[in-house]
Amino acid sequence: MSKADIQLILDTAMSFREVLERPIKKVPPLTGKTIANMFFENSTRTRFSFELAERRLSADVLGFQSSSTSVSKGETLKDTARNIEAMKVDMVVMRHSASGAPHYLSQVINANVINAGDGSHEHPTQALLDMYTIREKFGKLEGLHVGIVGDIAHSRVARSNIYGLKTMGAKISVCGPATLIPKEIEQLGVEVYHHIDDLLPQVDVLNVLRIQLERDAGRLFPSIREYHNYYGITRQRLDRAKRAVTIMHPGPINRDVEISADVADSEHSLILQQVLNGVAIRMAVLYLLATRN
Amino acid sequence: MKLLLKGGRLIDPASGRDEVLDMLLIDGRIEKMGKPIPTATGMEAIELKGKIIAPGFIDMHVHLREPGFEYKETILTGCTSAAAGGFTAVCCMPNTNPAIDDESVVRFIQSKAKAALNGLVDVHPVAAVTKGRKGEHLAPMAELAEAGAVAFTDDGDPVHDAEIMRRALEYAAMFNKPIIQHAQDLPMTKGGVMNEGLASTELGLAGMPSIAEDVMVARDISLAEYTGTQYHVAHMSTAGATELVRKAKARGLRVSSEVTPHHFTLTDDAVRTFDTNTKMNPPLRTREDIESILKGLQDGTIDVIATDHAPHSYDEKQVEFPVAPFGIVGLETAIGLSVTELVNKGILSVNQLIEKFSVNPRRILHLPTIKIAEGEMANLTIFDPLVEWVVDPTAFKSRSKNSPFGGVKLRGRSVGVINNGQVYWS
Repeated sequence: MSKADIQLILDTAMSFREVLERPIKKVPPLTGKTIANMFFENSTRTRFSFELAERRLSADVLGFQSSSTSVSKGETLKDTARNIEAMKVDMVVMRHSASGAPHYLSQVINANVINAGDGSHEHPTQALLDMYTIREKFGKLEGLHVGIVGDIAHSRVARSNIYGLKTMGAKISVCGPATLIPKEIEQLGVEVYHHIDDLLPQVDVLNVLRIQLERDAGRLFPSIREYHNYYGITRQRLDRAKRAVTIMHPGPINRDVEISADVADSEHSLILQQVLNGVAIRMAVLYLLATRN
Repeated sequence: MKLLLKGGRLIDPASGRDEVLDMLLIDGRIEKMGKPIPTATGMEAIELKGKIIAPGFIDMHVHLREPGFEYKETILTGCTSAAAGGFTAVCCMPNTNPAIDDESVVRFIQSKAKAALNGLVDVHPVAAVTKGRKGEHLAPMAELAEAGAVAFTDDGDPVHDAEIMRRALEYAAMFNKPIIQHAQDLPMTKGGVMNEGLASTELGLAGMPSIAEDVMVARDISLAEYTGTQYHVAHMSTAGATELVRKAKARGLRVSSEVTPHHFTLTDDAVRTFDTNTKMNPPLRTREDIESILKGLQDGTIDVIATDHAPHSYDEKQVEFPVAPFGIVGLETAIGLSVTELVNKGILSVNQLIEKFSVNPRRILHLPTIKIAEGEMANLTIFDPLVEWVVDPTAFKSRSKNSPFGGVKLRGRSVGVINNGQVYWS
């Protein structure tokens, strides 16, 4: 995505953000359009956010959520999507555990495909809403230093944030245990830290990623306890950094694992703001896609 | 049947001959060769000006899929694909169902191969090292060797247990058969679907680090040295493994290696399309690995070009990248890719190319040297090193069309093959 594309989406989202403050939060541009939300992975926040965005744009909405992959379900992704498309669906919003699944899908169906998160690859609307939220607070993205801490290797949020924020001129650093930092990530133009206390005093914003409790238990990092002690974002740690770092988190939060409760709920936290802005961003993406040409 | 091959350039590394000549074959036997032979009645004359006549090519790493996976390939379609691609022989890998871990399966394959194209393509089974390729109990290697297995491998599933590998090497040494290893440390590649590096980091796909291949090759070379047995690295893909093999050879160990055309042609950047035809195991590596492989081909560290021909049905590859099976078909693009990437770019001479496709694999497998001389049965690959063509997988003779090279322009293609009294023109 180019800088101009991102700019357009963020600007468009601003007007939808205003719609969300109205007593009647509904506008007509997607009247008559049908959108299928195919969630092959469990999701509450992103699924509700998309669904709300679709309804507020007056689209007809259908969807499912299934934690089983297409293969174990016995029907291929291609067949599932083609059947849904045969019912004259205009757009598909898909969450899938396989990196690249939406790219593949867009090659086998004609409907527009929106990536709602694919494996460890990308989560574009999350990055857009993160950028929107940062811009809302700081009035700009260029020149800001954004840190991302956690399981970078398996995070689609990290990747999309890196691509988006780099494009918009921000500086990015990632932080986590060496075993959770993917190979050659420096080549994406980010700085790598393994000690969070080295990074904290430098950043304007810290995006804290969820630590998957079940992630290869003990093979990539020893324990939740050790992770919390060395990477957990606590009030103490922030005080030590002597800097008012803005805290973000894509959710869902593991309280007192990657982030302590008093930080998550603090005045520096934009976590709920992110959720609200997510609806506006998704409205903008749906609107721009449906009305282009 | 009298067949007159006119004006082809014979390149025969075994005899050192390199000359333009005519060759008269009667029922597949070389009757006369040398100076221009006049066409007489009852002779079929084939003009081969500009074409190269070489000892028959062998692809020592092919998955024929039969028995068990006939919807991907059969011995007949696989042999046809081999003939069309310019091969008079293939070695078929044991990951069939049942696996080639019993002499009855060897005999089944041999009988099917004899019936396919009237036995044009010699099919040499490579049998499993362990029962069911499970890495636990040795397969009946003596029986398998006696039935005709030319080598042993658990291909696809590396022999992971060092103790089993040691014993397999010791046992195989008794009848002088090589052990071929798909070298990979399994826990290091568990769940991986592509090379670990910048591309996997960007794509969010689980990586298979090159070091997983290197550590296994290092271990195996130690075991081969200890047991004194012949060891062959299948589809070597990393700079590190190439260096290990180079050093082992310098120390005089009985170690050899092969590389596939896709591993010297494509890098992991090709995966950025999420095209499941770029998913193979070992995965496509990096530019640095290719540079090292090319050097290895030049200096003889890499003895053989083999395709790892791995047919999969259309539907199996029409899925999300992480769940697609590994592998691509290779028989019908091998010569084109090798001429385009190696000969045309000055990496190998045509003579060296023929060694890697015919002479060296036969030496490693202890198959008789092909003799191109009057009175001998012809076993020949004839190819055009200059012709340009565009790969069209739908036209492949293989039952499967899973190739990442569709639409790619190549130079060099098989013209035909002659073996066991049979002729196939591509």
